[in-house]
Amino acid sequence: MTSRIAEWKRISAGGLVSNPGSSERVQTGAWRTRRPVIDFSQCTHCMICWVMCPDTSMQVYKDRLTGVDLAHCKGCGICASECPKHCIQMVPEDRRV
Amino acid sequence: MAPSKMPSTVDLPIEAPPANALAINGGEAVAYALKQIDPEVVAAYPITPQTLIIEKFAEYFANGEVRTEFVTVESEHAALSVCVGAAAAGGRAVTATAGPGLALMFEMLGVASGMRLPIVMHLCTRALSSPINILGDHSDAMAMRETGWVMLAGSSPQEAYDQALIAQVIAEHPDVLLPTANLIDGFSVTHAVERVNVLDDSTVREFVGEYEPGLSLLSADQAVTFGAMDARDSYFEHKRQQVAALERAVHVTAEALDRFAQVSGRRYRLLETYRLEDAAIAIVVMGSLEGQVRAAVDTARERGLRVGALRIRLFRPFPTRLVANALRGTPVIGVLDRAIGFGSPGNPLYSDIAVTMFREPDKPMLKSFVYGLGGRVTTQRVLEQAIQELADTLHVGRITDGQTYLGLHEGTAK
Repeated sequence: MTSRIAEWKRISAGGLVSNPGSSERVQTGAWRTRRPVIDFSQCTHCMICWVMCPDTSMQVYKDRLTGVDLAHCKGCGICASECPKHCIQMVPEDRRV
Repeated sequence: MAPSKMPSTVDLPIEAPPANALAINGGEAVAYALKQIDPEVVAAYPITPQTLIIEKFAEYFANGEVRTEFVTVESEHAALSVCVGAAAAGGRAVTATAGPGLALMFEMLGVASGMRLPIVMHLCTRALSSPINILGDHSDAMAMRETGWVMLAGSSPQEAYDQALIAQVIAEHPDVLLPTANLIDGFSVTHAVERVNVLDDSTVREFVGEYEPGLSLLSADQAVTFGAMDARDSYFEHKRQQVAALERAVHVTAEALDRFAQVSGRRYRLLETYRLEDAAIAIVVMGSLEGQVRAAVDTARERGLRVGALRIRLFRPFPTRLVANALRGTPVIGVLDRAIGFGSPGNPLYSDIAVTMFREPDKPMLKSFVYGLGGRVTTQRVLEQAIQELADTLHVGRITDGQTYLGLHEGTAK
């Protein structure tokens, strides 16, 4: 920032956020230590993982699960736990897949 | 005088009190102010000695005299949480509590100030447990003094009423937007029946004005989020903003007191001084003991001691410069605390005065006194003892040892 007014004088009072949808810019995926890896040969596209994901990170295109938004997935593992086909695996971030 | 010689009451030359004079206690005085303010939301949980306010307000509510949403919550934590939600939605929100109730609100105190919500709390100051004690002292107020609230301390039912109105104006001022607490001494003010001159409803409405919130959860054309995550990015900056807002509250409070004097004829100042101009000894006090301190000052003056008193009305933000101006040149200062700063280098009010006077080139001799814990009665005799100790300090030119706990049962050695 090049403004000469101190940052604390410019930002909204009390942390009020007046631009909706801005949480998308917070890359919570940086918190993740394990990533969900989907075995698409087993997936039935039942969408239970999509319903359960607390970060709306399950990506869907035309009624089909297509992948995970790793910029926002925190790696909580709820999808893997809820998958009725057990076809989502939580893989440590330090291991190649 | 024998009863037969007494004139009949009809003949007594009594000046009729004005129609707006009520004989009510401090709690009812605050409830009356709340009825006139008619806030959008009142959320409270009953606790002694605050109960008087909430019982009376519930009566106004039941009689349809207020349009308020009166939320009877399950705890004080919930009471302040409801106020936070209501204030974030743009409503005028008020609560009242005391001692342990305030302790249960603690988490939400910082939420309210951090979110810059102009909630008003009427705090009927009470001792903290344990041992269980429902009576008055300032332990609760001192525990909240660094949570970012504006804090005003009154000393009578009249001031409890007046400050209930003034607090609303300070909190909602656009330069402040901070929660504000009206401190009312438990029992000695909340339960004391005195004459209280109330203002007309229309005068109150004009003084507190219509509350115009900024962006709120109900802003139709601008969606907003309150209380969002704010980690390393700008939490620090938001705290810095709170400091600036509190600094502005000194001036805003002074303005509110000026405007209040114009509408009510009652002149209050951020600090109330008494016979301080030529004093060699100053006593600093907060709350309802002020009247007794003034009487003790008068007694000491009759004995030839140059004593004066300073009462702190605006406790947070602490009007440091004004306090220094008022006490400058006074060689001996005694500070009366109605709370203990356990483990601290000084009791709370004493510490504030010590820091304030440390910046002065001519440093006074300071002495700390604790009084009135858990409702212990402070007699004129112990106040006179305190003044004597201060006079001894002045005489010998250094701080003397002596009784620091006024009215403590010392007992006798066997």
